[in-house]
Amino acid sequence: MSLGRAVLIGYGNPGRGDDGLGPAFARRIAGKQLTGLTVEVDFQLTADHALTIAQHDLVIFADAMMACENDFLFRELTDSTPQGLGSHSVTPEAALSLSWLLFQSRPRAFVLGIAGDHFGDICEGLSPRAADNLDRAETFFAGWYEKSCHMPES
Amino acid sequence: MTEPRLIEISPVTRVEGHGKVTIHLDRDNNVDEARLHIVEFRGFERFIRGRLLWEVPVIVQRLCGICPVSHHLAAAKAMDQIVGVDQLPPTAEKMRRLMHYGQVMQSHVLHFFHLSAPDLLFGFGAPAEKRNIFEVLKEKPELGRRAVMMRKFGQEIIEATAGKKIHGTGAIPGGINRNLPITVRDRFLAQIDEMQDWALDALALARDYTLEHAELVQDFGAFPSSHMSLVRAGDGAMDLYHGVMRAVDPEGRTLIDDLNYNGYYTVLTEDVRSWSYMKFPFIHDLGPSEGWYRVGPLSRMNTASFIDTPLANRAHGELRGTTNGLPNQTTLTTHWARMIEVLHCVEKIRELLHDPDLQGSDLVAKGDRRSEGVGVIEAPRGNLIHHYKVDENDQVTYCNLIVSTTHNNEGMNRAVKDVAVKHLSGQEKITEGMLNHIEVAIRAYDPCLSCATHALGQMPLQVELFDAHGDLVDKAAQSA
Repeated sequence: MSLGRAVLIGYGNPGRGDDGLGPAFARRIAGKQLTGLTVEVDFQLTADHALTIAQHDLVIFADAMMACENDFLFRELTDSTPQGLGSHSVTPEAALSLSWLLFQSRPRAFVLGIAGDHFGDICEGLSPRAADNLDRAETFFAGWYEKSCHMPES
Repeated sequence: MTEPRLIEISPVTRVEGHGKVTIHLDRDNNVDEARLHIVEFRGFERFIRGRLLWEVPVIVQRLCGICPVSHHLAAAKAMDQIVGVDQLPPTAEKMRRLMHYGQVMQSHVLHFFHLSAPDLLFGFGAPAEKRNIFEVLKEKPELGRRAVMMRKFGQEIIEATAGKKIHGTGAIPGGINRNLPITVRDRFLAQIDEMQDWALDALALARDYTLEHAELVQDFGAFPSSHMSLVRAGDGAMDLYHGVMRAVDPEGRTLIDDLNYNGYYTVLTEDVRSWSYMKFPFIHDLGPSEGWYRVGPLSRMNTASFIDTPLANRAHGELRGTTNGLPNQTTLTTHWARMIEVLHCVEKIRELLHDPDLQGSDLVAKGDRRSEGVGVIEAPRGNLIHHYKVDENDQVTYCNLIVSTTHNNEGMNRAVKDVAVKHLSGQEKITEGMLNHIEVAIRAYDPCLSCATHALGQMPLQVELFDAHGDLVDKAAQSA
C-alpha cells in the first residue's frame, strides 16, 4: 500500500487531564518526522476538518478513549452514516462523511483511541495509565506507519 | 389521569458542552416546571490562581475549544490594566480587533450552517434521521462548502494574528507580539469580496426565514427581558472588542449606560440556585426577579444605537424596524442577528486589511504596575467578563469570570419553560420531535455550557422518565 499524502489529526483538551492524550500523541509523532506524514494538533474535531481530510489520501484520527479496558484501539473507519454533528462532538465518521459530501473525497481513515482514566477535571498532565498507554500507542503507530509506508503496492 | 412525570434530556445535543433539561409534568400532563441544568462545575477560577500574569492569556484558552480567542483577548485586556496600560499602540489594538472579528465570524458561521440549519430547513419536529447537517448537505452542498471555507478564512485570520489556530500567543499584556505582513494581508484581501458575497447570502437566508416564519418566531421562546452589551463609548455603536456597558429594559429604556466596565460588579450581582452549578447574574438594583437580562447577538442589536459598517447597519435597521425600534424579544431572531454580525465582521476585516497600522512596529505599551484588572469583550455568544487580582510576585490571587452563557442563564431557562408549556403541555406522548423544540430554544443562544472532555465513548442524548415518587420508569437514548 502506498500511503500518499497522510495526515494525523490529534485532538483533545490538554487542560482536562487525559483528554490531552490526542494532542500529546500528535506532538510525539510530529517529533519523529515520519516520511510523508503531516501532523495537526487541535482542541477538537470540527466540521472544517473536512477540508483537511479531503486534501489527503490517508487520515489518522488520534483521540483519548474513555471507559476502555485496552491500552489503545486502532481500527479502520468503514462507511457509515452519522446521525448528527456538534461543534464539540464531531466524530471521525462525521468528519469523513463531510469530506465526501462537501468535497467528494473519501480517503482511507483510521482511528487511534488511547485509553485514559482521568477526564473532566480541569488539570494538566496525564494520569500514569494514560502516560503508559501513550508510550505503547506511539511505539505501535510508528511501527505500523513505517511498515505501511514501505509496503509495496498490492 | 396519569402520575406526574419527570422527563430528562441529557446531554443536550449540538450545543457547546453538556447540559440537561428536566421537564416536570403534572397529573394532567401539563408542564409544571422546566429547567436547564448545568451538569459540570468548571472550577477554572481556582485553577488559574497562582499562575503568572504573563501566561494567563494563553492558559485561559483551555476554557473552550470553540471560542478560545474570546478568552485570550478578555484576559489580555485585563492584564493590560495590570501592567498599567490603558491605551494600546494602534497596531496592537487593530491586530487584536482583526483576531476578534475572525473569531466571531467563524464561530457564527459554524453555528448557523452546521448546528441550526437542519432545524430551520426541515422544521423542529422533523424526524431525527432527517434533521441533521448531512441531510442538509445532500440537498444544499454549496451551503456546507461555503460554511467550511468561511470558517477556514476566519481561522486563518486567527492564525495570522494569534500565531496559532489554538492556544495562540498573539495578545500579550500591553499589546501584541506580531504585526501582519503585506503578503499575508494580500492573501486575505484576495478572498474578502467572496466572503462578503457569502455573508450577504447567509444574511438573506436568516432574514427570510425569520420574516417568512413570523408567526412561529413570535410564538417560540419569546418573552420580555432586558438586554446588556458593550457599546462604543460616545456614540453607542455596536463594538465587539471594546466599549462601555449599556443595558436596556424590555421597553428599550436605558438601565445602564456609559459605564466603565471596570465597575461591572457595582451593577451586577450573581445569584446562586440549588439546582444549578451555573450562577444567575442580575442588575442588583432591580433584584433577581426583575434584574435579569440577556446577552448575545440579538441583545447587541437591541442595545446598539447603530452599526458602524454600512451593509450591517442597513440590516440592523431592518431588524429593528420589525419591532418599531423596541427591543426584539424573539429567541429565533437571534439567527438573523448572528448573520448581521458575520457581515459586520467581514466589513471590519476589509476595513482593517486596508489600514497600514497593521504593518506597524510599535507593538507594546508600558505603564505603572497595578494589582487588579478587568477585561470585557463581546464574544460570539455575548458579553464576557474576566477579572483578576495579581500579587507582587506576578501571581494571580483572584479570578472571576462571567461568561456569556452565565449571563443568559435565566433567559435560557425562560425560553425552555416557554417552549415546554406551548409544545408539550397536554400531550399524552412526548415525541423526539417535541423534545427537539426544547433543544432548538437552547441552541438559539448557542450556549457554551461547559468545556467538557470530548473523548471517544461519550454518551449520546439520553431521555429519562421518572414517576411522582422519583423512580425511573423509562429511559431512552438517541444519537447526538
